[in-house]
Amino acid sequence: MSREYDDIPGTYVMDSKHCRAGYHLNMFCMSLNNKANRDAFRDDEAAYLEAFPMTEAQKQSVLERDWLGMLRLGGNIYYTFKLAVFDGHSMQYVGGKMSNISEEQFRQMMVSGGRSIEGNRSKKEQARG
Amino acid sequence: MAKIMCGVGTSHVPAIGAAIDHGRTQEDYWKPLFDGYQPVRDWIEEHKPDVAIVVYNDHASAFSLELIPTFTLGVAAEFQPADEGYGPRGVPVAKGDPDLAWHLAESLILDEFDITIANNMDIDHGCTVPLSILFDQPQEWPCNVIPLCVNVIQYPAPTGKRCFKLGQAIRKAVESYDKDIKVAILGTGGMSHQLQGERAGLVNAEFDTAFLRDLSEDPQRLVNMPHVEYMREAGSEGVELVMWLIMRGALSEKAKETYSFYHVPASNSGAGIIVLEDDEEAK
Repeated sequence: MSREYDDIPGTYVMDSKHCRAGYHLNMFCMSLNNKANRDAFRDDEAAYLEAFPMTEAQKQSVLERDWLGMLRLGGNIYYTFKLAVFDGHSMQYVGGKMSNISEEQFRQMMVSGGRSIEGNRSKKEQARG
Repeated sequence: MAKIMCGVGTSHVPAIGAAIDHGRTQEDYWKPLFDGYQPVRDWIEEHKPDVAIVVYNDHASAFSLELIPTFTLGVAAEFQPADEGYGPRGVPVAKGDPDLAWHLAESLILDEFDITIANNMDIDHGCTVPLSILFDQPQEWPCNVIPLCVNVIQYPAPTGKRCFKLGQAIRKAVESYDKDIKVAILGTGGMSHQLQGERAGLVNAEFDTAFLRDLSEDPQRLVNMPHVEYMREAGSEGVELVMWLIMRGALSEKAKETYSFYHVPASNSGAGIIVLEDDEEAK
């Protein structure tokens, strides 16, 4: 089923489809709330991931820290951000990675008022130019 | 009888909590925001609520995807700060108010709001950052805390209209409580922000300031706003603002703005705060 929000650019809504695709990926991220799990993951990332029935692509996106890739495979930012925090990264770092600018550029964009809504409302509007 | 003494709307950005925890509030980046918070801190210090109902959302801390209740009311005697992936925040354990909380739960459910009852629930930054914004760094929070957790991560969040009506039911419940206490209700989250995807960093100051204004001037406009408008105009995570409408619903039809303030940025968000009170003269 198509949804009105599908027209919003650069946005991965955590709807039923997304939740079903990303369930185990997100549950892996959630497991990092626990210190013993963080230690185990740090010890051997790939082995730790074996405990979660994720797809190979999802595991690869975690190991490669492909932040946009994780979202496309069902990840939700509140979950995947736990992995970023595990790595010692800020929200500006992750925001920059997902929108293809540096952490410093992202930080500057925020200080200057954030990403503008103008031109970013709608895919249809963007296609019309 | 108990009464709703005020409504407070505020962002709950984790970085604001970190700035307080690490003594950075006077740095250039943070000072304007904390200067804007100071009048609210002074006001709340003067008016001293006995209980704060904190409407917030959990961020994969107490709830995972295993269980996604739409509204969860904490009835426990205390609530521990959650480990969100970097150890729990060094803030006081929040003391609950089981007597009032159970009264709310009973009243709301009989009023046809089928909320979930939590006897054991850790609270994450969504709940603790607003307390830090209001009360800074005390040894103990100066009032009891009743957490009301709302799902806004898994689509769909409750509608603005449902949230507003829940607020009205909370008011009714509070006013039927037989102890003579003052209750503050905090609606938290937002304001405009998008944490995810290629559109990360979106902030819409025009949307946010209109939202602040219409909490007193035209609440019905906000009550009728569909989710997609929040997502499109205020960023995918801007939909958290529906939680402010629970707070607004708990005030009388005519509410007046006592104070508001808006600042960009707090981390990746537009940060707002507002104090609303019933407009006694309009009655």
